[in-house]
Amino acid sequence: MAETKLVAVDVQNLLEEATKLKSGGYRLVQMCSTRVKDGNELTYSFGKGYDLLHLRFTVGDSTQVESISHIFPPAYFYENEIHDLFGVPIEFMTVDFKGNLYRTAEKTPFKGGDSQ
Amino acid sequence: MSTRSVVPFGPHHPVLPEPLHLDLVLEDEKVVEAIPSIGFVHRGLEKLVEKKDFNEFVYVAERICGICSFMHGMSYCEAVEHIMGVEIPPRAKYLRTIWCEMSRIHSHLLWLGLLADAFGFESLFMQSWRMREKILDMFETSTGGRVIFSVNKIGGQRKDMDNSMIRSFLDIFAGMEKDLKELTGTFLNDGAVRSRLDGVGVLTEQQARDFGAVGPFLRASGVQYDMRTTGYAAYGDIDLEPITSNIGDSYARTVVRVKEIFQSIDIIRQAAAKIPEGDFAVPVKGFPKGEYMMRVEQPRGEACYYVKANGTKFLDRFRVRTPTFANIPPMLETLKGSQLADVPILILTIDPCISCTER
Amino acid sequence: MKMSQSPWLLHYDGSSCNGCDIEVLATTTPVYNLERFGVINTGNPKHADIFLITGGINSQNAPVVKQIYDQIPDPKVVVAVGICACDGGIFKECYNILGGVDKVIPVDIYVPGCAARPEAIIDGVQKAVVLLDKKRQQMDAAVRPAAGRA
Repeated sequence: MAETKLVAVDVQNLLEEATKLKSGGYRLVQMCSTRVKDGNELTYSFGKGYDLLHLRFTVGDSTQVESISHIFPPAYFYENEIHDLFGVPIEFMTVDFKGNLYRTAEKTPFKGGDSQ
Repeated sequence: MSTRSVVPFGPHHPVLPEPLHLDLVLEDEKVVEAIPSIGFVHRGLEKLVEKKDFNEFVYVAERICGICSFMHGMSYCEAVEHIMGVEIPPRAKYLRTIWCEMSRIHSHLLWLGLLADAFGFESLFMQSWRMREKILDMFETSTGGRVIFSVNKIGGQRKDMDNSMIRSFLDIFAGMEKDLKELTGTFLNDGAVRSRLDGVGVLTEQQARDFGAVGPFLRASGVQYDMRTTGYAAYGDIDLEPITSNIGDSYARTVVRVKEIFQSIDIIRQAAAKIPEGDFAVPVKGFPKGEYMMRVEQPRGEACYYVKANGTKFLDRFRVRTPTFANIPPMLETLKGSQLADVPILILTIDPCISCTER
Repeated sequence: MKMSQSPWLLHYDGSSCNGCDIEVLATTTPVYNLERFGVINTGNPKHADIFLITGGINSQNAPVVKQIYDQIPDPKVVVAVGICACDGGIFKECYNILGGVDKVIPVDIYVPGCAARPEAIIDGVQKAVVLLDKKRQQMDAAVRPAAGRA
């Protein structure tokens, strides 16, 4: 049976934690953002076998988040999505669509909403 | 000297039933790089959780994609049931398993047809879809719908299949098996087919792991990974072994999917033999509070459903990461270095479902 | 010459959930066999007479739909398949959905359903074929008197 662990991290330690997971044989499962008051709660999920490990951190609206796409290559796709839909500023993505992955009528549609 | 040129591919393209746009950077006929651009089908349904309550949202979840509709609805329900601590009756679990596997067969047959169409074997396309209709007939008999079923609810199923219906389905499958063997035999052994699939778009095991491929795309590269073995619904009681191949090319992906069709029939037989009598739903009271990530094996691979609930009837967040989303980065890898003429086949071999991907 | 003898159709997926798309494709395959009416599913707008469109319209696909519509030569008939193509359906309230296909191009036939059943799609195409002949007649009537004088 698969196990799930939730680890709270700090945005500064993100790269360090991601590197540890990479060398530990983890793969990227998904990255997700949830709107909270004045910011976003980011959940990066990694898998090893059938087990799941979430890295969880909360960032304010203007906090720059560093990309993990040079550690986990497919991450750029998720990061662009989070950038386009939630307006989280993510730096140093290996492929940066600069807000053009989703060309929505309304920019960063999740940011304006009140999910409280 | 070769010159570089950029060829736009899509969003409207004859082989794509769905809109996807790629900018293909070519050196003569060779693809050097492929840059995707998505969003043509983006609706923004994840944000509908703010407008539809968690019971109504089952209907939205089912419409993330019309091909894996049943599994989307089921997985959303299982995620909410997990948060609320609802234990659904064993009969409901088995019903879910049977319907899931029927969905897988119909999806794989659909894919085989589209693949045949992509390499220009029209009659094979028609034959695959003709057989798929038998599955859709069974869906219609048991749920009332051909594509969108709405039989899932939080706490179980809306409809039961009586045992005589299940037995009649087994008879239909027994009758189909011979035809299916003949059909899939053409896919696997015909020289005309093999010459279009063998060695096309090889994805190595290392690449598959690095770029996060899922589903048959991953298993065709030799990784034994199938979420069904984690035992959601009634899969815990079912005997199944993930199907893999270690060649990693388009042919291997076809082999894996063909074998999975027969595996699914076998799972339905096992489930039909074990299905217990009893209720198929339990009443659910109150509102969910908490969060959970549900993972299931869809026909296209592992899908993740994240539900965050706050104790009211509206959820905080629903997020779905569908298999095609995960498969796009590795697909772009296989495109690099391929011939322009192989691009349609390569895109098809991940079994793309764009409307899932963009939601 | 009547166009209803062999109307070719072009199918485009707006922002549908795929449900109607696979039903449209299923309609052209055995069992439902739309091809018995001479209908061929084509990928080239210049070959098409009937524009079959599924799913709602969002800001990104609106220009694509408009462009394909403009590329199809007259006479042409637009069939909106499924409730999303008719008015947005379950996704009407989504932030990225403008509404049905008629927000960007004129729609002649509306086929309801979620997903639209093959029988309904065949019915929609049959109605489109009748309309196609009518449009052709009107076009001819408009052209002939002028041609006679020349």
